[in-house]
Amino acid sequence: MKIHEYQAKELFKKFGMPIPDGKVTNNPEEVGKIAHEIGKPVMVKAQVHVGGRGKAGGIKFAHNAHEAWEHAKAILGMDIKHCTVKKVLITEAVDIDTEAYIGIIVDRAAKMPVIMVSPEGGVDIEEVAAKTPERIMKLHVDPMLGLQNFQAMKLARFVYEDIGIARKAARVIMQLYMTFMHVDASLAEVNPLITTPDGKVLAIDAKINIDDNGLYRRPEIEAMRDLDEEDPSETEAKNADLSFVKLDGSIGCIVNGAGLAMATMDTVKHFGAEPANFLDIGGSSNPDKVINAMRIILRDPNVKVILFNIFGGITRCDDVANGIVAAVKDFKPPVPIVVRLTGTNEDEGRKILEEINLAATSSMEDVVKKAIELAAA
Amino acid sequence: MAIFLSRKNKVIVQGITGRDGSFHTQQMVDYGTQVVGGVTPGKGGETVHGVPVFESVEDAVKSTYADTSVIFVPPKFSVDAIYEAVDAGIKLVVCITEGVPAIDMLKVYHYVQSHGARLIGPNCPGIISPGLSKVGIMPAQIHRKGKVGVVSRSGTLTYEVVFALTNKKIGQSTVIGIGGDPIIGTNFIDCIDAFNKDKMTDGIVLIGEIGGTDEEEAAKYIKKNVKKPVVAFIAGRTAPPGKRMGHAGAIISGGTGTAEDKIKALNAVGIPVADLPAQVADLMAEKLGTAKKKKKSAKKTKKSSK
Repeated sequence: MKIHEYQAKELFKKFGMPIPDGKVTNNPEEVGKIAHEIGKPVMVKAQVHVGGRGKAGGIKFAHNAHEAWEHAKAILGMDIKHCTVKKVLITEAVDIDTEAYIGIIVDRAAKMPVIMVSPEGGVDIEEVAAKTPERIMKLHVDPMLGLQNFQAMKLARFVYEDIGIARKAARVIMQLYMTFMHVDASLAEVNPLITTPDGKVLAIDAKINIDDNGLYRRPEIEAMRDLDEEDPSETEAKNADLSFVKLDGSIGCIVNGAGLAMATMDTVKHFGAEPANFLDIGGSSNPDKVINAMRIILRDPNVKVILFNIFGGITRCDDVANGIVAAVKDFKPPVPIVVRLTGTNEDEGRKILEEINLAATSSMEDVVKKAIELAAA
Repeated sequence: MAIFLSRKNKVIVQGITGRDGSFHTQQMVDYGTQVVGGVTPGKGGETVHGVPVFESVEDAVKSTYADTSVIFVPPKFSVDAIYEAVDAGIKLVVCITEGVPAIDMLKVYHYVQSHGARLIGPNCPGIISPGLSKVGIMPAQIHRKGKVGVVSRSGTLTYEVVFALTNKKIGQSTVIGIGGDPIIGTNFIDCIDAFNKDKMTDGIVLIGEIGGTDEEEAAKYIKKNVKKPVVAFIAGRTAPPGKRMGHAGAIISGGTGTAEDKIKALNAVGIPVADLPAQVADLMAEKLGTAKKKKKSAKKTKKSSK
């Protein structure tokens, strides 16, 4: 799950990270008041779940409350990479001496968190890694021990020569690690971490991605979910306990299992068409799931055919067939349906589908070809 | 022989009284797996399909000498269940459960390693050595005893490939689903290494998907160490970046983990990657055919040189 900059800053702040004062609002009329309260020049920052806000004009400097209000009016409602800006963060503008990068992710191969720091802050860290990898220091943390002070200091000294600044930065790196581990993050970064001419170290931007698997025990973070930022059909699918990702093609896919669902999309593409979605109905074979899945897919006007690819294991083909029949009777889908059934109770499933004159194939390639043919007709 | 799992493994089921645990206990017993016990706290003394239920893994191990465990408990309790199994001396832990937080798995992984145990999963279908034993949830009837090892990050996609192999009369020595999470107990390399050393495995099928770099690491390892034929399939060529495709680990992030990169890495070391799942069987048939011919002609030259 993604959260906004202002939410990431709230989390970092809980662990003591130094962050300039700020407030979030969706109302341009409040912006002047907030800027006035801060009493200094401010930054007006669009809060959306995509990168490249600055380049898109979503981050502006304002000398005073009036300017802040004007910027906020322009930014709110702005479209950044297909996301409409609904909130802005008004935060104190600070003088910047140096900009650095600090971040942490899980290293899947090493099975350890890895911290990355670089004196090249404020730019895309992947670019730094590609062009000047020697400007990045990486350090793996033993998850059994946690980050030790000397390690944080080693990282900080890579970035800062001044020992006083390095000590402050080491503390921030420690806070970054603590936050990462305590919120079930999959990524946490501060870019840039800045120093001011008077020797302060401040996190002026923040990003945290959360591991969905950790959300069951982090209700305070689940509460940060911004439904405006998520595709409504994906939210609906999530509530129906379906795994769904919307795409741009015309072949609606309903599959059991994530790997098979991806392979089904790939097969559609292989035979020259585009999938409309990824959808995994999961392992259980509740007919309701099938009905919900069809309903969600049919919301997309681009969908010209619905393709079922079911390899029964725990999922029973007869349950899926019952779901298809119920859905067809319930809301008469305006597009053709093609079905592949193999595995547990496939014969029973076929028989059930006969009731609505649907013939199921047993080959994945055949069903995909048939779907493409029907979509083109 | 097969890898990791043979007829000898004595298996307990953690979460045996739950819906899935109970159903698959029956399936495993029917297949011939030695299921010697189950664990559900508070239900010790009961039986499930004739299998005795114990209060703890420790109790179960004491009474049954179990060395293998399969976990069906909900994500909230599965981390504890893995620790409990390893602490009680279980050597092979198969965690079926989906939804375990990655941060927890970091610690679990190192704990399991330091105790000389093996964890398969989490979020996996388990492991089957056809004709010998199965510890997991895969439909047994699609498998066929034979000499090809299959290792996969997926569940139903593995069934699809195994089904195609079986239809071509290519049997399997062991089929392992290593799981769709970012942090898993057993990786491709662990399985490929074991298949490579297994005398009863002649060829290896690797089924990967987007996310991480496990396939790339496997390619490097195979180039250096493996002479047996390897063929692959990679799911997710059409997956958009930054989106989790069902599996927690199936996500292209920061430009790494694309299907394209993985296919390139595998092709670069001479591993053919099938365009469609069923083609894996054709590629393997081809490879095994040519490998046999090579062996034969090698024998001939040996003889003639005498």
